Amino acid sequence: MPTIGNAQLKLLEKLCNACAVSGDEGEVRSIVMEEIKGHTDEVRVDAVGNVLVTKKGNGKSPSTSLRTSQPHLRVMLTAHMDEVGFMLVADDGEGLFRFETVGGMDVRQLPGKAVVVGREHLPGVIGARPIHLTTAEERKQKISLDALRIDIGPGTTKVKPGDWATFATRFQRSGPSVLAKALDDRLGVATLIELIKHAPPEIDLLAAFTVQEEIGLRGSRVAAYTFNPDIGIVLDSTPANDLPDWEGEENIAYNTKLGLGPAIYVADGSTISDPRLVRWLAETGTASKIPYQFRQPGGGGTDAGAIHKTRSGIPSISVSVPHRYTHSAISIARIDDWKNTLALLQAALANLTPDLLASERA
Amino acid sequence: MTEILPFLKDLISAPGLSGYEDPAANIIADKWRPLVHEISRGTLGSLQGLRRGTGKEPRPSVMIATHMDAIGLMVTGITDGFLRITRVGGVDVRVLPGTPVNVFATGAGASGTGATGAVTSAGEANVRPPLPGVVAQPSAQLLPDEARDGPVALEHLFIDTGLLPQKVSELVRVGDLVSFAQPPAELSGETLTGHSLDNRASVAALTVCLEELQTRPHVWDVWAVATSQEEVGAIGAAGSAYKLRPTIAIVVDVTFAKGPGASDWSTSPLGKGPTIVIGPNIHPALHKSMKELADKLEIPYTLEYTPSHSGTDGWATQVAAEGIPTLVIGLPLRYMHTAVELVALKDIQRTGRLLAEFIARLGPDYMDKIVWDK
Amino acid sequence: MKQLIQKLTETFSPSGFESAIREVIKQEVQPLADEVRVDALGNLIVRKGAKAKNGKRIMLAAHMDEIGLMVSHIDENGFIRFSNIGGIRTGGLLSGRVQFTNGTQGLIGVERDLFAAKSPTFSQYYIDVGATSAKNCPVKIGDVAAFKRPFLELGQRLVAKSMDDRIGCAVLIEALRALKTSPHELYFVFTTQEEVGPRGAATSAFGIDPEIGLAVDVTLTGDTPKSKYMAISLGKGPAVKVKDTGMLSDQHIVEWMCSTAEKKRIPYQREVLDGGSTDAMAIQMTRSGVLAGCLSVPCRYVHTPSEMVDYEDVQNSVKLLVALISAPLNL
Repeated sequence: MPTIGNAQLKLLEKLCNACAVSGDEGEVRSIVMEEIKGHTDEVRVDAVGNVLVTKKGNGKSPSTSLRTSQPHLRVMLTAHMDEVGFMLVADDGEGLFRFETVGGMDVRQLPGKAVVVGREHLPGVIGARPIHLTTAEERKQKISLDALRIDIGPGTTKVKPGDWATFATRFQRSGPSVLAKALDDRLGVATLIELIKHAPPEIDLLAAFTVQEEIGLRGSRVAAYTFNPDIGIVLDSTPANDLPDWEGEENIAYNTKLGLGPAIYVADGSTISDPRLVRWLAETGTASKIPYQFRQPGGGGTDAGAIHKTRSGIPSISVSVPHRYTHSAISIARIDDWKNTLALLQAALANLTPDLLASERA
Repeated sequence: MTEILPFLKDLISAPGLSGYEDPAANIIADKWRPLVHEISRGTLGSLQGLRRGTGKEPRPSVMIATHMDAIGLMVTGITDGFLRITRVGGVDVRVLPGTPVNVFATGAGASGTGATGAVTSAGEANVRPPLPGVVAQPSAQLLPDEARDGPVALEHLFIDTGLLPQKVSELVRVGDLVSFAQPPAELSGETLTGHSLDNRASVAALTVCLEELQTRPHVWDVWAVATSQEEVGAIGAAGSAYKLRPTIAIVVDVTFAKGPGASDWSTSPLGKGPTIVIGPNIHPALHKSMKELADKLEIPYTLEYTPSHSGTDGWATQVAAEGIPTLVIGLPLRYMHTAVELVALKDIQRTGRLLAEFIARLGPDYMDKIVWDK
Repeated sequence: MKQLIQKLTETFSPSGFESAIREVIKQEVQPLADEVRVDALGNLIVRKGAKAKNGKRIMLAAHMDEIGLMVSHIDENGFIRFSNIGGIRTGGLLSGRVQFTNGTQGLIGVERDLFAAKSPTFSQYYIDVGATSAKNCPVKIGDVAAFKRPFLELGQRLVAKSMDDRIGCAVLIEALRALKTSPHELYFVFTTQEEVGPRGAATSAFGIDPEIGLAVDVTLTGDTPKSKYMAISLGKGPAVKVKDTGMLSDQHIVEWMCSTAEKKRIPYQREVLDGGSTDAMAIQMTRSGVLAGCLSVPCRYVHTPSEMVDYEDVQNSVKLLVALISAPLNL
């Protein structure tokens, strides 16, 4: 059984430190291609930049898939390679660039942050007007994106509009936790790489490292169309808003909590998970004594939103490693949650048979 | 090369609102018929012209998509002879008061065929003259307090045809279409103004391209597609891309030209050539390829940066079926989605020529260059 | 038909959890169908007939899911916080009764802010099922509930929860029952997850690959005190959709529907809806595109626990639908 050790943490570090804003996933794609080399039956990069991996199973089970009449299921697992970030859109001169955000970001998270720009990771900063020059009235207002620039210093020609940028945060460990940018969804990418390396023989594993999740679940849509699998499982990372309520009341909107294990989705803004798959994962967790939690139903979305609606419909579910401070310069996740996520998926895939889909969806 | 102006003026004088593109499609089909080998309509109304290439079968194909539908209004009901309206596509309500419009009435009284009513609406615009009208803004006393000063919401605007209420009820039905009535006009510096130049100016550019290709052999098949329903969600382009499965797709749509109220970084100069778009919606190798060609041919262009949604048919074509490498070209246009849009004719010519040169250079091995992470 | 409507509207099946209503409908359609199947997203697909000369492959869609609530948290005192499934209007929540799929019933309360000037936000409501702690609460995170309201007859008007779109399901079932012959290959599809999507219609349409798609769903009206303007009234006949927020109906479908109604002397109204869309939107965008339209049953108070339709409109909807699918068709 694979688990999370130093090698896996090293890989996560490499993935988190790489820059891959939606539409510019090349760096992470290269790491993925390198890591899975020799562990696949087939691998290709498709028209939009997804990495599509096939790893055939040799397992036989007593029942057959209703859709394919095969003795085992074709299971698609996805993790998105892209992260939220910035694109430079205009050169204001003197090393100052106007930029736009890519993916959902809270602009209040941006002033005073260090960034890296372009293929060469040129360092830059997002500054802010000195407090001395602001009025009391102004300090009550949000600093708007319009007022911000990425500053790389004067005199270089290595950066131009159209280049992507992201936070300069470097991966760190701290006790039971990791601190990094882009844990959403490099945790999923690292998990999926481990699953490919130690693929359960019971299934055909169809792995998709997807692009453009953060700007509309676009890579997963074509990946699902291409694979046309029996089941879709999305490995993502979801916010943990498990901080105190300001009035000291019980926190009722935590989404997930760190330390409680993988978060299983019942429903989010994009998908109502197939109840058969929810039951399967929860029962596996209980039977294998692996802790898990249900992500609070509500908004948000994952690649499952595109996958389950593909072709004639694909039973789908998402599982996330929780992390705090989503879509910001530094997120925090617990290594144990990641460990348990990998363990839950391993255990579940090993007991997966076509019987799971034999009865109608609840 | 034939002069494109008369065709474009004709084209923007036709209605052809989203979902009701026949009047525009017919004009385009007449123009394209001698320029392509086959012509057909997609299920949802896109016009698809095929120019076969000289390569061995199965040949790769390039789809050039330009949407032909126009924004406008639709009748939602009649109150005392005044027409109530809703939008078809993204009309800015603030530019409507006082705008001259054409109402394509389809009621029994309009066709003279009796109680069974009419068959189609704008599709028969050429045989049944539209009713002229104007968008009316009621005076302040007739509006809720909050609307007395600020912009008046669409639900409070009417169209007045000048006809008496009884006649209006006979002629007009719920669901009848209303288009802008602004006639085209040539302004100084070889510019053209009118409604629906978004995106028929790009249709004209594609037509220029097809004309150029008459004397330029090309290996690839070319699908020239005038798409339907872009303004309501890129519906026609999605269907055509799925059906035709081109090897690559190039979408040409208008983009914001520098002008009054639109002068910041996100705009491109008018009359300085098309834009070549960069962003997640674009395959980077296609972008590079087109840019290098424009440089080589010394066709002026500007770069346009779209950090996520390109706001064009390209957004849908890129993720059709198993995915299609997509490129978006922008045609600078001022005053988008008003009745007085404005383009430079030179930009249309240049865009058409650039497309033709690009197509003519597509060799059998071209796709070997279209890879990731080079 | 009223009994059928009562049975359909008193079944609890929010989006994504349609098995209960699917069983009810299956019982009704099984004897009438040539083939019945359920797809991956739980859509109930009922085939009738085969394509004859001048026949088409036609998909009729009525969604069987309803809006509902899903448990997102149970606090230490046993109060349930929830998220919405579909477009719930907060205005109708307070003191409403709900029922969970496991039979648990409860009522909706709201935090004290109700008495402030601003109307409460969604997150201020909770469900009280009589529990006193998280431990003895009979439901868990992810469980779903729907409104509980009995079916009611008010003269010519019928009132129930989930009239949207069980009334469409009833129209489809009765049309299937009344249909004598048809040159078409017909698919009566009872779709899932319309209120959150439309999702079930998208996948069932992909599987069926129809030439023509027709949704049967409710639409809003403009005939109540100070309502937003809309040229649709209860009792003036079924509505033929020209446009809604998500879709422009195919113009040929619109004319086919209008001229059929006129020929059969069935009253009808032309509909332009600002606010909402239907399964037809998803069907239209399937594969390389499908000619799509919608037959609407006018309905007041949509997305509240008491939705009202006119019984004559309902019967005329059945008549119009049967007329549409009985005759050969050339579009």
